[in-house]
Amino acid sequence: MTQVLLAIFTIVAGVFGCVLYFYLSNLILDRLFPPRGPDAGRNINRAMAIRPWLFLGPAIVILSVYLVYPVFNSVWLSFHDAAGDEFVGFDNYLWLVGDGKFRESIRNNILWLIVVPAASTFFGLVAAALTDRIRWGNLAKSMVFMPMAISFIGAAVIWKFIYDYRGEGSSEIGLLNAAMRLLSLESQPWLTLAPGNNFLLMVVLVWIQTGFAMVILSAALRGIPEETIEAAILDGASPLQTFFKIKVPQIWGTIAVVWTTITILVLKVFDIVLAMTNGQWGSQVLANLMFDWMFRGNDTGRASTVAIVIMILVTPIMIWNIRNARNER
Amino acid sequence: MENIAGTRARLVWAVNLSVIALVLLWIIPTVGLLVSSFRDRDQIVTSGWWKALFPSEQNIVVRSPPPEFQIEENGNYVISGNVFGDEDGEVIAFGSSSKSPASHRPGETSPMTKGREMTVDAEGNYRISSEEPFSGRRGIRVFATTRQPPNFTVENYETVIFAEGIGQSFINTFSVTVPATVIPILIAAFAAYALAWMEFPGRAILVAVVVGLLVVPLQLALIPLLKLHNTVGLGKGYFGIWLAHTGFGLPLAIYLLRNYIAGLPGEIIESARVDGATDFEIFRRIVLPLSFPALASFAIFQFLWVWNDLLVATVFLGHNEEQLVMTARLRELLGSRGGDWEILAASAFVSIAVPLVVFFSLQKYLVRGLLAGSVKGG
Repeated sequence: MTQVLLAIFTIVAGVFGCVLYFYLSNLILDRLFPPRGPDAGRNINRAMAIRPWLFLGPAIVILSVYLVYPVFNSVWLSFHDAAGDEFVGFDNYLWLVGDGKFRESIRNNILWLIVVPAASTFFGLVAAALTDRIRWGNLAKSMVFMPMAISFIGAAVIWKFIYDYRGEGSSEIGLLNAAMRLLSLESQPWLTLAPGNNFLLMVVLVWIQTGFAMVILSAALRGIPEETIEAAILDGASPLQTFFKIKVPQIWGTIAVVWTTITILVLKVFDIVLAMTNGQWGSQVLANLMFDWMFRGNDTGRASTVAIVIMILVTPIMIWNIRNARNER
Repeated sequence: MENIAGTRARLVWAVNLSVIALVLLWIIPTVGLLVSSFRDRDQIVTSGWWKALFPSEQNIVVRSPPPEFQIEENGNYVISGNVFGDEDGEVIAFGSSSKSPASHRPGETSPMTKGREMTVDAEGNYRISSEEPFSGRRGIRVFATTRQPPNFTVENYETVIFAEGIGQSFINTFSVTVPATVIPILIAAFAAYALAWMEFPGRAILVAVVVGLLVVPLQLALIPLLKLHNTVGLGKGYFGIWLAHTGFGLPLAIYLLRNYIAGLPGEIIESARVDGATDFEIFRRIVLPLSFPALASFAIFQFLWVWNDLLVATVFLGHNEEQLVMTARLRELLGSRGGDWEILAASAFVSIAVPLVVFFSLQKYLVRGLLAGSVKGG
């Protein structure tokens, strides 16, 4: 129970501390440069120059320590040995290129990057288009959206149960193998069969992410100007034509956003692989490989090198996002 | 416009059916595990969960009480009992030997060796009678085909919460999640206000940095931060993970809140300024109350993300009873109790329950937050 008290104390202390910081720092600033008296004009200007940094201070400190510093430190670590003491140049990168598990991870990650965003966006688009047309659409949306609330590890348990394998002579309790039996086919230890097992793992992420794609695409579909659709129907377009030739082209921007968001998630996917196969049977991915070298390999150099590879893969999307955000203004 | 008679009706049907199929496809995996979490171990391994919803047929073998319990009735020796024990069920067929375990229907009499007879009624009461006294030390086997009603139990939940440590982990997860959700909000709200409504050099660059940090992979941050925590003496523990989650959550928090706060009507803020309100007052009296929907959206995101996180918890928390969160415990159970689905299912649902409640009760804010975060910039 002590940690519950500690947690409550931290919330109170943290919230109180934050409020106190902002309040006091503003108060002090106002005292130092009072917006009254003979120097009022100059004081107001000075206070205005400083105040933003008071507001931003805690955020900048935390972001610098917890996100910016690690990026540079990781680069540094990737040029050092297992314990992070000795400079080893490009050794870690050379090792990486020759490592079989790394190549396997890259191959699998490419598969993930192709399949998961495409499938999630496709199912999301279909689900959005269909549920918007029916009366109980919101209920249906909730159901498809629900896996978003489930942890990756919980989802892994749910799906591992579906892929469960008992084998000859006992009744199959996993849905997939039970279906195989129903079709008089032999049941299979699915998760151990490369390369198909990769797709079974991807199914889990698609199952989780479709709801996300659906929600966003559904909002985008509703935002399409009515006139364009009416005009298409008046010209005799079928529902399918209206959808693919009128609606979809108008939401390309949103589709791209959904696609990239899921892409970033895919690059970081780790829990699902860890829990279901732990990278065995040809199913390793970069994020899990990094985890493996960090915890089992105890090699910060190699682990950091793998992390840097993930970072490099994310970078184009990062640049694209920043450019988009700037264009908005 | 679309109601050209006939085609429309058929289309509506097709759409409804496809959505039903889609929804079923999406919820069946979860339902399967949920149903299994209420079944006992034997039921789970002998039959698929989809059979649990209907009465199940089973072939069972029961051994009668040993001969010492025989009763003498009208010159006959009788051993009796019930194949179901205390449970409910219905006998469809029975037999007295392993060669013909279902040779008789309930109520009939099955002849046995040595002039004995066996009869079993539909309720499962059996009666074995003999003219000679029964001897030996073991009871006689009764073979029966039974139909048992669906049978659910909450025993698995009791087991995992008290014996498997999920109860303790639940408290641990809670201790991690609540501060890690509350603290970033305040810090981010102030920063977001500054980025939206204050003029200062470097503002555009800071916004770009925040957008860039949105996608930095956590993997990159783990090793440097763990080393840092060890160096400053924070080690593995709750303070460390609160700080880490605060750091990792801040970019999204600032980004979401900035978008929202920048969209607030400028006249309100300008007129407050003209009236002599300081930025601190504007923030506290006007911006904060108006931003409630955005604050709620982020709070839900962060809550779900921290609650469901495994990676950060594995790195920044220790591996002991007081610090093992539910996701980590679940991962451990997957390793140590891999085939024990009753344990895994119940544990998974204890850990899923809170996010699901949050999700269904606050879905509106979650959707709003997703839209604010994605449709605009990305």
